[in-house]
Amino acid sequence: MVVKPLTGNYAVAWAVKLAKVKVIAAYPITPQTTIVEKLSEFAERGLLDAKVIRVDSEFSALAATWGAAAGGVRAFTATSSHGLLYMHEVVWWVAGSRIPLVMAIVTRTIGPPWNIWTDHSDIMDQRDTGWIIMMAEHNQEVLDSVIQLYRITEDPRVYLPGIVGLDAFILSHTTEPVDIPPQELVDSYLPPRRQPYVMTIKEPLIMGNIPADLKWNMKMRWDIHASLIRAKEVIEEADREWYKLTGRSYGGLIECYKCDDAKTYIIGMGAWVGDMRDAVDRLRDEGYDVGLIKVRFIRPFPDDKIASVVKNAKLCIVFDRSISAGSAGPLFLDVASHIHRYGINVPVVNVLAGLTGLDVTSNEIAYVVKKIYDSFEKGELRNNIVWYFGGDELWW
Amino acid sequence: MSEYVKYLPLAKPKIGVAGKTGSWRTEKPIYDPSKCIKCDLCWLHCPEGTIDVGVSENGYVRIDYDYCKGCGICANVCPVKAISMVPER
Amino acid sequence: MVVAIKTLPKEKYFLPGSAACPGCPEAMGLRYVGMALGKKAIIVVPAGCTSVIQGLAPGCAVNLPVLNVPFASADAVASGLAAAKEIIGEDAVIVVWAGDGATADIGFGPLSGAAERNDNIVHICVDNEAYMNTGIQRSSLTPYGAWTTTTWTGKKEAKKELPLIMIAHKVPYVATASIGYPTDFIQKLRKAASIKGFKYIHLHAPCPTGWRFDPSKTVEMARLAVETGMWILFEAEKGKVRISPFSKPYVDKSKRKPIEQYLRLQGRFRGITKEDIKILERMVDEAWEILLKLT
Repeated sequence: MVVKPLTGNYAVAWAVKLAKVKVIAAYPITPQTTIVEKLSEFAERGLLDAKVIRVDSEFSALAATWGAAAGGVRAFTATSSHGLLYMHEVVWWVAGSRIPLVMAIVTRTIGPPWNIWTDHSDIMDQRDTGWIIMMAEHNQEVLDSVIQLYRITEDPRVYLPGIVGLDAFILSHTTEPVDIPPQELVDSYLPPRRQPYVMTIKEPLIMGNIPADLKWNMKMRWDIHASLIRAKEVIEEADREWYKLTGRSYGGLIECYKCDDAKTYIIGMGAWVGDMRDAVDRLRDEGYDVGLIKVRFIRPFPDDKIASVVKNAKLCIVFDRSISAGSAGPLFLDVASHIHRYGINVPVVNVLAGLTGLDVTSNEIAYVVKKIYDSFEKGELRNNIVWYFGGDELWW
Repeated sequence: MSEYVKYLPLAKPKIGVAGKTGSWRTEKPIYDPSKCIKCDLCWLHCPEGTIDVGVSENGYVRIDYDYCKGCGICANVCPVKAISMVPER
Repeated sequence: MVVAIKTLPKEKYFLPGSAACPGCPEAMGLRYVGMALGKKAIIVVPAGCTSVIQGLAPGCAVNLPVLNVPFASADAVASGLAAAKEIIGEDAVIVVWAGDGATADIGFGPLSGAAERNDNIVHICVDNEAYMNTGIQRSSLTPYGAWTTTTWTGKKEAKKELPLIMIAHKVPYVATASIGYPTDFIQKLRKAASIKGFKYIHLHAPCPTGWRFDPSKTVEMARLAVETGMWILFEAEKGKVRISPFSKPYVDKSKRKPIEQYLRLQGRFRGITKEDIKILERMVDEAWEILLKLT
């Protein structure tokens, strides 16, 4: 057991090294830069047998990573914010091509104005693309998830690319103790790479030309969706197998904290889930019957898992660190609409907080939850979309 | 492939992928073997690859009229005018 | 190494019955890529005429592995693909088959990036001098004075000098070619494939549909471009230019055919004035001057 003090970014780099990735193509953007710097160092010092392509832009980064993956090797890239937006065209193309690869997103808000701090706008903006999308709560989970995602994405039941999200600076640049699993353990966990097809001189295969039959094309879109649904089982399996080897489990698609006798649920995703745990403990001490649902994977969306937890709840409060402007927070939209599908009639409140990197403490989370809970109990809930700017600044 | 993933954006090479493109013609190349000097230029320049050389008993040049689009390049490049374009019907 | 027509392989790497226009130079060019490289090639095709020429899936007119890619991404994808093939130990030639739009405009950044990194790919710019696939809109490689659907009174800007720009990148091999001279193109393509690093071939591809001339004249047009000196066939290795045999006669300005002979045959130059012709003549002279300085 080797425990190193690692930043989230270095945890990503270590995972990529352990996964024996062969091609890395990335373009620097704060706060992702130290991922690529560490990987370049690993490669140049002979600790990682990989080609690092120092591309000219993020667009080229994902294009080159995908080209390598289509050519048959395990590949990796990482980016944030504007870089992710720049490669967005390729994000869609990769998913549609069904070539698995893994990308780390160090979630950072989007300008203008220029801002390097965290929120989830960039990663949420990829929801529709067909990628597997998850966020980690702490650096151990970051390392473990990158490895898990190679197994999940390369599974023939899935064959889709995947994103591991980690909050800018809170995880990416903060040092935590991280256990680095031995190479043999990772080798036994990750089968040799599989993909649905390879671009090779051995056969004249063509990818992507115009389809004659639009029904067939639409069925490709269906297939991506169906594969994501099927991926739920693969994700749970990957978590169970990882637990057997390392003793660490993250619950699969979601993790529940103090949910057993809860009547009110806090739902969130990302690093601040750690602060939500503290908030739940504090609220419990004050007598609130609150539980926490940590959403690990937003795509595929764990509708059945969440529904089974909240079906007898009194109230759900979903914390979003980004907004689908003009509608509501994206996590809230998924939660509310899906539990409705299950016929669950629990009120769901959306809290928008921490956008543009505005820090949110566990005390503040507890404060907001109390405010909402108390209003709800009195039947005085003014709105179920609430903006929180810290302190006592709640905008209903 | 995968027994699970059924719909992939893949294709295989196919002759006549746009149908019998010979139907596009308004002019048709007619080959006169008696003039032919077997230089292969018509074969070389045909954009479609519908001209085969040295494979037929009925003359050195064979034109596949199922796919010939009647562009007239073969007639244009032939140094001895062994191919001429005539109206299609 | 002169390529003899009779030695060229008869296998069809571009199949009859494609969706190409009659007389299409890209179809011709693809046949030559097949003749030059055969089964060694993997073609990376960004958005352009060839995206459509391939025809409808699940069929394809190209009998080689083809990866269709987002418009600007071809060189970056090719870089990654080439890296993978090297790691796997597969002896493939990664060919980018990109139009003037994908090369000189939207794909210019990634092109320059791949060239600067000296990634092991061959970039062929199949230059029909406009965004033909989307309906004949101007590109930076449209010549001065040409009509397009976005330059109704003739393009006011000069044609961007891509080959010179690529020479300035100091890549191992830069060449120009023309579908009017297939053996020259095939020889250059084979030479490029034998070199490790970034290779660039700029293939002149006169388009009957977009330039407004009879489809039977595609090859004639390509040859006239060379015979008037408007298109110069050359190779550049390590920055040293070598004028190719088919263009050698036209080093001598007096041997060049008058450019009107070329322009007059194309509907896209119908609105050209005597002034424009003088400007174009000067551009031809300047192009030769600069190139000859690099020989």
